Parts: sequence; C-alpha cells; structure tokens
Amino acid sequence: MNSEVMNEKFVSEIFGDSKFYHQPVKEIEEKWKLVPAFLKIKGLVKQHIDSFNYFINVDIKKIVEANDKVTCDADPLFYVRYTNVHVGTPDVDEGFNISKPTTPHECRLRDMTYSAPISVDIEYTRGTQRVAKKGLLIGRMPIMLRSSNCVLSNKSEFELAKMNECPLDPGGYFVVKGTEKVILIQEQLMKNRMIVEEGKYGVQCQVVSSTHEKKSRTSIFVKGNKYFMGHNVFTDPIPVSIIFKALNIINDQEICELIGIPEVQKLIPTLEECHNAKIYTQDAALVYLGNKLLAKRYAVSASKVKTPSDEARDLLMTTVLAHVPAEGYNFRLKAIYLGLMVKRVIEGQTDKKFLDDRDYYGNKRLELAGSLISLMFEDIFKRFNWDLKAIAEKNIPKIRASQFDIVKYMRSDLITNCLVFAISTGNWTIKRFRMERSGVTQVLSRLSYISALGMMTRVDSQFEKTRKVSGPRSLQPSQWGMLCPSDTPEGEACGLVKNLALMTHITTEVDEYPLIRLAKNSGVQDINMVASFAIHSPSAYLIFLNGNILGITNNYKKLIKVFRLTRSKGYISGYVSIYPNHLHKCVYISSDSGRLCRPYIIVRNGYPLITEKHIYELEKGIRVFEDFLQDGLLEFLDVNEENDSYIACYERDITMQTTHLEIATFTLLGVCAGLVPYPHHNQSPRNTYQCAMGKQAMGTIGYNQKNRMDTLLYNIVYPQAPMVKTKSIELTHFDKLPAGQNATIAVMSYSGYDIEDALIVNKASIDRGFGRCLVYKNSKCLMKRYPNQTFDRIQGPTIDLTTGQPIFKHSSLDGDGIVSPGELVTNRQVLINKSIPKMSSVPGSTTTSMEYREQPVAYRNDEPSYVEKVLISTNEEDTTLLKVLLRQTRRPEIGDKFSSRHGQKGVVGLVVEQEDMPFNEYGICPDIIMNPHGYPSRMTVGKLIELLAGKAGLTEGKFHYGTAFGGSKVEDVSEELVKHGFNYQGKDFFYSGITGEPLEAYIYSGPVYYQKLKHMVQDKIHARGRGPRAVLTRQPTEGRSRDGGLRLGEMERDCLIGYGASMMLVERLMVSSDQCEVDVCNKCGRLGYCGWCNSCKTSAEVSSITMPYACKLLLTELQAMNITARLTLNHYCE
Amino acid sequence: METMNDDKPRVILEEYKVVQNLPRGSTVFTEQFNSKNFKKNFRIVIIRKENYEMEFDMIGIHPFLANTFRRLMLSDVPTMAIEKVHIHNNTSIIQDEVLAHRLGLIPLRADPRLFEFKTSSNEANTEHNSLEFELKIKCSVNKEANKKDSSRVEDMYKNNNVYSKHIKWLPTASQKENLQDSNVGPIDPDILIAKMRPGHEMDMKLFAVKGCGRDHAKFSPVATAFYRLLPDIKIIKEVEGEAAYRLQKCFSPGVITIRNEPSGKKIAVVNDARYDTSSRNVFRYDDLKNCVVMSKIQDHFIFTIESVGALQPDVIFKEAVRILRDKCTSLLDELNLS
Repeated sequence: MNSEVMNEKFVSEIFGDSKFYHQPVKEIEEKWKLVPAFLKIKGLVKQHIDSFNYFINVDIKKIVEANDKVTCDADPLFYVRYTNVHVGTPDVDEGFNISKPTTPHECRLRDMTYSAPISVDIEYTRGTQRVAKKGLLIGRMPIMLRSSNCVLSNKSEFELAKMNECPLDPGGYFVVKGTEKVILIQEQLMKNRMIVEEGKYGVQCQVVSSTHEKKSRTSIFVKGNKYFMGHNVFTDPIPVSIIFKALNIINDQEICELIGIPEVQKLIPTLEECHNAKIYTQDAALVYLGNKLLAKRYAVSASKVKTPSDEARDLLMTTVLAHVPAEGYNFRLKAIYLGLMVKRVIEGQTDKKFLDDRDYYGNKRLELAGSLISLMFEDIFKRFNWDLKAIAEKNIPKIRASQFDIVKYMRSDLITNCLVFAISTGNWTIKRFRMERSGVTQVLSRLSYISALGMMTRVDSQFEKTRKVSGPRSLQPSQWGMLCPSDTPEGEACGLVKNLALMTHITTEVDEYPLIRLAKNSGVQDINMVASFAIHSPSAYLIFLNGNILGITNNYKKLIKVFRLTRSKGYISGYVSIYPNHLHKCVYISSDSGRLCRPYIIVRNGYPLITEKHIYELEKGIRVFEDFLQDGLLEFLDVNEENDSYIACYERDITMQTTHLEIATFTLLGVCAGLVPYPHHNQSPRNTYQCAMGKQAMGTIGYNQKNRMDTLLYNIVYPQAPMVKTKSIELTHFDKLPAGQNATIAVMSYSGYDIEDALIVNKASIDRGFGRCLVYKNSKCLMKRYPNQTFDRIQGPTIDLTTGQPIFKHSSLDGDGIVSPGELVTNRQVLINKSIPKMSSVPGSTTTSMEYREQPVAYRNDEPSYVEKVLISTNEEDTTLLKVLLRQTRRPEIGDKFSSRHGQKGVVGLVVEQEDMPFNEYGICPDIIMNPHGYPSRMTVGKLIELLAGKAGLTEGKFHYGTAFGGSKVEDVSEELVKHGFNYQGKDFFYSGITGEPLEAYIYSGPVYYQKLKHMVQDKIHARGRGPRAVLTRQPTEGRSRDGGLRLGEMERDCLIGYGASMMLVERLMVSSDQCEVDVCNKCGRLGYCGWCNSCKTSAEVSSITMPYACKLLLTELQAMNITARLTLNHYCE
Repeated sequence: METMNDDKPRVILEEYKVVQNLPRGSTVFTEQFNSKNFKKNFRIVIIRKENYEMEFDMIGIHPFLANTFRRLMLSDVPTMAIEKVHIHNNTSIIQDEVLAHRLGLIPLRADPRLFEFKTSSNEANTEHNSLEFELKIKCSVNKEANKKDSSRVEDMYKNNNVYSKHIKWLPTASQKENLQDSNVGPIDPDILIAKMRPGHEMDMKLFAVKGCGRDHAKFSPVATAFYRLLPDIKIIKEVEGEAAYRLQKCFSPGVITIRNEPSGKKIAVVNDARYDTSSRNVFRYDDLKNCVVMSKIQDHFIFTIESVGALQPDVIFKEAVRILRDKCTSLLDELNLS
C-alpha cells in the first residue's frame, strides 16, 4: 500500500500528472512562418536557378573534362586539351572587341540575348611546339536571370531598381533575342531503375539506362514459360540464360543463385534454351549474340572491323544495362543486376503487388533548365570538337607558309547559335541520344505577375496529349505536397501539365562517393565480395545507390538510421534520400537530380522537435531556415522517403509512430491556387478554373512595368490588394503586385440582363475608375542595310501643298518621321515613315539607284491609341531598331469579362446608372450585381465566405485571411459583423433604386475581389456587310483582322436544310458569297465565255447560269488537269 | 407573423423576407393623390445639418416621390467639373488619360447656377460656360542643406506630391469681377493627384464645365444621397433578465434600454428605434425572435444627403425640387401643345 503510493508519487514526479498523458501535443503557433523563411532562401523558382547554377559552375566543367581531348588522325602528335572552362558574366559586344556589362532589361529592350562568354583554357600543339592559351572564347551561354553569373544575383532592391529590374521578379528565365523564354520543367520516368509492369507478353521488367554517353532500354520479359531479354541492339529477344553465359556466368547453378528464387523449376525451360543452342561457354554465347546483332547502318573502315563476338562483347559492356559498370570486361555486376531483373519478373508473375506504378511520383524525375542545357551543351561541344578534328585532319597535311594553328579555327558562333536557337525555338535536338523534342521552351507570359510566376512552376510531361489515357492525367496520391492538385489546364493538356506546390524543391545531383563510403562503413558488404548464393539470402537486404547495386546488408535498420542521422547532422547532403522497400527487400539510396522533395518538421517520441522557442528565434531573426536544417529540426523528404514516414498534418494528429509533422498545410497548393480564399470550401473544379483564370487577370506585371516595351501588356489603373488575403498571397507578394479590385457585390437578380452569369455594373463605379485598364502594344521596325551600300531611311511627313499641313496619314509624325510621344494615332496613320531602297533588277549590278519605295509602319486598329514612348537603339547585329509603344485606356463596357477568385466568370450584361441601383440602409449601392443562380450548381461556398470575411474586414479596418485549411472562421466573422450593427448573415435590407420601395428579400452583399480578364469586346467585336474577298475563290475573307465575313458553317447549314429553307441557303452560300455568272455550252457541256463556246466554235447553244465561283474554279482546275467535267442543263420547270 | 393593426403603412421585417402590412385606414399608398390632403399630411423635419451633410425626415409622402428626389439629386443636379485637359507637358509616370480622369473627379467649388450648359462639346469656352484652371508644377531635388541627411521623400524632393491645391484658377473675361477667388477652386486642398520625382514636370490647362451626374459621376453634387424608412420596433412579449441584455445587443446602441421594474425584474423596452440598422440579429436567438416585431414605416423617409461640397445639401435638395418642377411644367407644356 505504502509502496504503491510511493511509486505513484515517483511516477508523477518524473512524468508529470498522468491526467495530461492523453492530451494532444500543443499546437506550435505560427509555425507557418517557416514557409516565408523557406521561400526566402529557396524562392519560388529556386529549382530553376539551382539547377542552372549547378550546370554553369559544376556540370560544364565535368562535360569539358569528359571531352577534353581533340586528336587528329593525320598527325599523331597533334592534340588540343582543355584544361579549364569558365562562364563569365553577361556582356554585350560593342564592336571593335570591346564589350561592356549589360543588364537583362537592356537586352529585353534592344532585342538582344542576355548571354555570357564561355571561355576555355587550352593546351595544344602548333607544329612541334606545345602552346597553352588562356581565356579563349568558344561561345556564348545565355544566362538565366538571377543565377550566380547574372548581374542581378545578390543585389539589393535599390540596385535592382537602378538596373530597371523589378525586385519581385522571380528570375529563372532567359532573355533571348529580346523575348523572355522559360525552359519548362520536364517530367519523365526515372532513369536507371527497374520498372516491373504488365507488358505485351505479360509481366516485364524494364530499365532505361542513361549515362553521359548512351541511352538504352533493356527489358526482361516472359514469353511462354521462358525468360528473354530484349534490347534494341539485338534483332531478337535473347534467352536470359544465354545472356548470363555471355556475361561469364557459365554455371547453371550460379545463374539460379543470381536469380535467387526458391522455385528453381521455373527457370528450367529458360536454362534448356542454352542446351538446345549448344552454348556452354562464354565465347559460344558471344558468337550466338554476335549473330543476333542489328546490322550496322554505315560501313566502318576495314581496319577497324571486329568480329561479331567482339562486337557483342563490347555492346554488352557499353550498351546493355549501360549504367551498370563493367570495368575490364568484368560482367559480374551486370549479371547480378540481370538476375535481379529476372527475379522481379518472376515475383511480378506470382503476385500483382510486385508490379510498379509508372505514375507514382517516386518513379519520376523532373528535368530542369540546367540539365536540359547541359545535354544540349555536351552535344554541341562534341560537335565543336569533332569539327575541330575535321579541320585539323584537312589542314595539317597541307603545306602552308604559316604553321597550322587550331585556335584560328575555333569559332564561337557554333555554340552560341545552337544554344540561342534551341532556347528561342524550343526545339531540343540531342544527336547522340537521337532525341528530338519540341516545345521545351515557352515565352514567359507577362499578362500578370501571377501568370509569370505560375509559368515558372509549370511542369510539362512528355506524354502525348492526344492519347486518351487516364493514368498519367489523374491525380496521384504521391503528388501530395509536391504538385498542386488544383492547378492544371482544362482540355487536352489536362493533368499532363502540372504546377509545383509552394514548398517543393527539386534536387540537384550530389556526389556519390561519400555516400558509398558511408554505406560501407555502416555495414554494407561490397557486392563484388558477396557470393552469388548470399545475395538473395532471406536475411539480406540489397542496397541500391542511384539504381546501382552497392552491396548487401543484414542490418538495414542500422544503415538507415546511420544515414538519417548523418544527414540530419549535415555530414551528407540533406537532399540524399534513403528508404527501405520491404517488398523488394532492398534499401534505396538516391542522390540523383530531379527528385521532388519538401521540408518537414521532425517528430521524435511523439513531440515535434520545433518548439515555440525556435519560432520566436526565427521571428527575431536569430535563426534562418538553414539553421533549422543544420540543427536537425527539419529535413527534406522526397516522395519515396515520404512514403516510408508517418506524417501528421497537425499537432493534434501526432501519435507515437509519427515521424514528421507538416510545416503548414496550405503549402500543398501551388502559386495560382494559393490566391483562392477558402479553397477548401469550394468544389474542386472551381479552384482549377480560377487557376486558369488568374493567369488571364489584368493587373500589375512588376515594378518595372513602365519601362518595358512588350508586344502586348495589360495593366489595371487602380489595382487593389484583396480584402481577403491568404498566406500564399503574402508569400508570393501578390498583395504588392495585385491583379484585381475589391468590388461591392450584391447577390440578387436585376433586369433580365444578368442571365447566364452576366454581371450588372454600376456606371458611377466605372466613372470613378472601376475596371479601368491600360493596354499597351508595340510596333517595331528594323532599319536594314543592304549589300549594295543602300539602307532603309526615314523621311519627315509629307506636306499637303494647299494647306501647308502634313497629310492626314502623316499628321501625328514628328519632323524626323517618327511619331512623338503623347500623340494620338488613329487607324491607318503612319507611326514610322520608313522607305526602303528599290532593289535593282539586275543582281550584282553596282549601280546604286537612289529610288526608294515607301514601306511605312502604320497603325491598324479602329480604336485610336496614344504614343507612350519611342525607342531608338541598335540590336546585336548593329542594325537600328525602332520601337513605338502605344497605349489605350479602356473603361469597362458591355461584354467585358470579369471573374471572382472562385472560377466564377461572367461578362458585363448591363451598365446601370447609380440611381437605378439598389441601395441599403447606409446608402451603399453595389458596384456589381451578380445573379444568385451562379451559386447552387457551382457550390462555391468559398466566395460566400470571402464576401462575409471581406465585409467584416471593412467594418474592422483589417484584412481577413482565407488561407486554405484555415483562415478566419465564419462564426468569428459573423460576430464581428454583429458588433458593428450588421446582420450576422451578411444580408442587408435594400431599397430598389427604381421604385424606391424596400426589396422583399434581404440581399447578400459585401466586397468580393474581382479580376478583369484580358478578353474584352473591343478586341473581338466584328461585323461586316460587304468587304474584301479572297483572290482565288472570290469568297469573303476569313477572320476579324482581315475584316472577314461571318461564316455560315456546316451545322448552321444543316439547320437550314432541315428546315427546308432552300432559297435561304442559296442566298447565304452563293449570292452573298461568291456568285458568278458562267456561260455553259449545252452541246458539249463545257464552260464558255462571252456567250461563245470555244470548243464547239459556236454561240448557238450557250446559256448563262449562276453558280458559286468556287464551283467554276473547280471545273477549270479539273480541266487544267485534263479532266473535263461536262454540265447538262435542264429547264427549271421541266 | 400576425399582421399589426395600426394606421401607418409599414413593412414587417421577418426572418427570411420583408412582408407588407396592410393598415386599416387609408394611407398615401391607397388614396389618390390630392394636393390638399398632401399638404395636410406632408412634413419635413430637419434633424441634422452639418457643413456638407444633412439628415432630414420626409413624412407622409409616397415612395415614388421620395425616390424621385433621391434620383434627381444623384444624377440631375448639375455641378462644375473638369472636363477637358490640355496637356502641354506631362513627364510624370502617370498617363495623360489617367491624369485627366483623376483631375475630373476632383470636386470643384463653383456655383453651377452661375453657369450655363455647353450645348455641344465643340462650343467655344466662354466665361459663362466654363472655368479655366492651370496646373503647372515641377519636381526637383531639395537643395536645402539642413535636410541633406534625410532620406524621407518629402525632405529629399520638392513638389514630389501634386495636390489639388496646386491647381490655379485663371479667371477669364469678367469672371474675376463676378466670382470671388475664394469661391472658385478645388474644395479639398489635399487630394493627391500624382507623385513625382526630380525631372518630372506637369503643365496643363484644365477646363471645367457644367454637367450632370447622368453624364459622368464626377458631375454628381453628392457623394451619396439616400433615404431609409423609419424603423419601428415593438416588443410583444416581455423580455427580462439576461435575455433582455441579449436583446439589447441585437440592436444598435440606444435602441433598447433596460428598465428596472419595481419588482426587481429587468425588462427590455424600446427606447428609440430610429437609429436601428435593421440588422435583424434577434433571429439568431430562438427564444427572442418571437418577442419582437421589427417594422418600418413606409411613408416616413429619413433622408441623408452627403454633399461633395460644391453646393450645400439643402441647396441640392431645393435644386432637385426645382428640376422636378421644371420637368413637370415642360411635360405639361408639351402635352398642351399637342
């Protein structure tokens, strides 16, 4: 009794009161503040910049090192060796070999490429001399903005402003020929890993090997009861046993051991293949393989011809499972790997759970700008060297006065042009992999800040868009937290184009060597030291490092623990992932590039390691994000390791098993979806629609928007930060560069002009600047020089002799023939009065005729514009470049498109005077009236809450938060409204503005953030009575820009046919289109002219009929092809 | 809810909708308009008249008439506003059109009754139909030595903010004699027009004309003019104790008071329903919602006129009445003509 009391006392002394044991872990307030800390060092587009930095500082050196020697067959002494490579800082060539540093903005304005010189140090022979040269320019590398070599990196806001750069601009794109180009993140299947899946013949195991040199695919599949290996260097599938023999595993027992399945009898048919083919030695197997080789497409010089078996051996070494090393023809590692592949196939046959999922994000890698450019650069660099070699071979045998100096032949334009071409067109052609990809780069959309930011996080997958497959398009559970579940386009690219979530990081490559050492020190036996039978022993776990077998261990738990500990202590890179796969009995260690990962708070023994204290330190600036990583409080998990962890979303969910805690749940959404307030209350497609529309919203582009001269730029005159913010909005700085306005809306019906989502807008609001926007367009021209010493010129305005004033077309021109800023230009007026020299008809004639032809740059738009500014500069080729920026101010009108942040778009249906608008007890009349029918089917409850929270924010004078999975609660918001004398439901008493009597219903009204979308009637309005026709068919032209006709299409035609309105059809399809009078000869049935039939030489039986010109054209075109179509005419009444 | 029996026409604010209550006697709604009766019943009570704001009650009038006055004040009473801007130079970052738009929205002090409408936009500006202003300002670096170390923009630069007070009136012809300097110009001196930095410059002539709110909201003499119906709250079931305090919270302050009964009970009574905001928050409480009937008297309008400053609110109302009269007479004239 006594001891029990003592015991209890003792227990409570140590562990505290037992009543508190079951209480959930206290919530860490403000732990979301880690997100801005993360974004501060990682940034939203850090993955692009990181990968480019890795390429420019590390990878390029490796590439040059790997291809560092150019030799020549003509002279065995000749060589060029690259000792170093260096990418400088961006500059422009000013001519005469003088270059000056440049800024991205200068390049944008002057249509230049923002690039830096690539210089190499070389050592080569000139004659018999050995010469070393430093800093030799071999090409220019387009530089990613904000990368380590960019002038913008590590600059303060003030310095950025000096360079005309917006401090909020994320960078991560290139400026090529004046356009901003993004290399999209490419998603692809993981390389060098086994994928077991259902194939053509049944279960198959596939490996795509990829090294710097080669890319090849090896697959093991089962056909009948035998196992085969398929590879594209062999014509036929090869029985696995023969491959094993060729890999110098002669012993059948060892083959079985390497495959390592208990049911050996399954292998008997495969092993029998060997005996059937009478292959018992490695040589015999190689001869067999040699016969199965794919015929070479090109002949090799006779001296180099190898025997087929040697060829096969070489191929086995270099191409088959290329990523598995086989040094000195030691094929053991390949054999083990092959054995494992067969094992996986057999396992996959017995149990479906062994099959892999292609769409699983752990099996995917994202390729970033850096790695794509590195592929490109290596290819070009090889070509460059090959060209040098060819030049050397051609020139060395020649006897010349001066010695052959290779440096003279090292021209920089090959590399420059190839890189610029690739980035500006997006065609990625890698010769050595026979890779041909288009659409890799896209022009950075500068419609709004968000659209630019959204583009930087876009992930493109390689799947065909036309294929109707659901797998790659559907939402994968493993996307959680890595890719935004909402942000994907609708239509054909749905689910294929994705966007990164807020905290996603994409890894760059980490050196393998320390990892190998660490693994070996933690009890991994080297695979080469392990006997075949031990590899698949039940207690052993295989260790993989980046797809290669490293060894086996009997204590995998220790290995993982050691790895995770050293990682959290910072001894190995934090982006290395390690996780066990108990199904495969493997431990996978990855340090390759392109893995998706995100940070988590580590939880130990049911308590998160981060406490209030740490957050306090973070707020005070004592800690930064990296300190959390250094101290082992946070760690990055990739998709695979994430699936080996127990992750709690909130502190209250933590149990003893929990290993990690989410930093903030709203980071599972991306940049665009982050704008939506209360997205967790919306129907999911609505958030997706908003993600698409947020990119079309007009607003602010950047702080430097007034310095830009884009082809098309939309700005709103009075942008506002939304009343209801989200954390993501603050993190992405949307509140500093907003795209929309807070409109007071009333949810009610009004007139009949609000059906189908149309909006009623208050005219007084428009008068006061609501939805007013600026549209900037530019027109530019180049002043070319021609080989015959002539060049384009600009002349002043033509003066009307009678009035002494410039003619109408030239009335806004300045004295120099270019419009002056501030001038109004109307349709067809000239902006730049350029004329070009008439080309002399005789090519090569040197007579410089001083004749010029006018080729003015005219303004073509029915609505007039003002000239904002004019730029006169030169481009890279030193040609004069003229740019004119034109501006239009537009006020909203009927038909302009608006949208709230909940995928609720609508056009203006009616503009109503203020006095006709309903008003409430406070005299407030809404800016916008929205029809309530927009709600029930769309279920955008988030919008309702946004309105309520916005209204409460107005009364309190503060911003409310609508952060995903959080935000201000409706209850609290209602209470705030009540406090200020408003109805708790947000419904107000309104009076009709027309009758002046109270409305029967209470109206839900308050502020909602509205975006003006770029689709405006002014750019689309089109009608025509008569107008231009196409020359060939004489039918009306097509399209608004050509003042085209309005097409009566097939379906409309069908309606008329169905209705039986035949005369209407004749009128629409012929009379109003391309009616034509033709003479037809009744005798021969051919077409005549002027009442004369030329084939019958008579006018006797020629009658005139009307038909569409297109029909006449067909008849004559057929005639031109020696086909006569004869018409038989009958009287209409007969 | 059962209808209330009294003589006044009213609407009852129910939980989900507003219902009409039919009074026993005849009201402005039922009887035909006759001026004798109207004169007898109609009353205007001015509650409050501050500088630019005014509140008055209009009692015994049909809503159509009350609404007409509201509408006329919003969009038919003319004022002067800047309509044309001749920009000689504008090197600031603000675009010409946006600047002109901003200038137009500045309320001007000028009695519109002294001016005529321009019949067409081409008509020449005369002293009778327009006012001319000038805005000429240049931003420069502040060279005062004592403020050299400051990095505040207002110390570093001169004229970095363009305010409405920088607009200068240029009297034309006899305007100088007829109008006083203090009677013409922007009403508020501190409306920010633009922000500038050294090197930026503005030089423009502004022309104000007379117009009405229907053309553009800038001509409207009021920020807003509106009315509301007089609220009337009746407690039909006694509410006491804690519930009484709760009831008090449901209305605007001062609407409900708590009376201490001799018996020690505290019951809620209606004090003054006039300033209730019709928030209807009683309906949150199931026990209270049947204790109160909220209604509004339909022929009692509480007008609020918030003048922008060009005209006094009472003048605006009188103008509106005059316009209505003119419209009526012109209609009658037209009818008589035909």
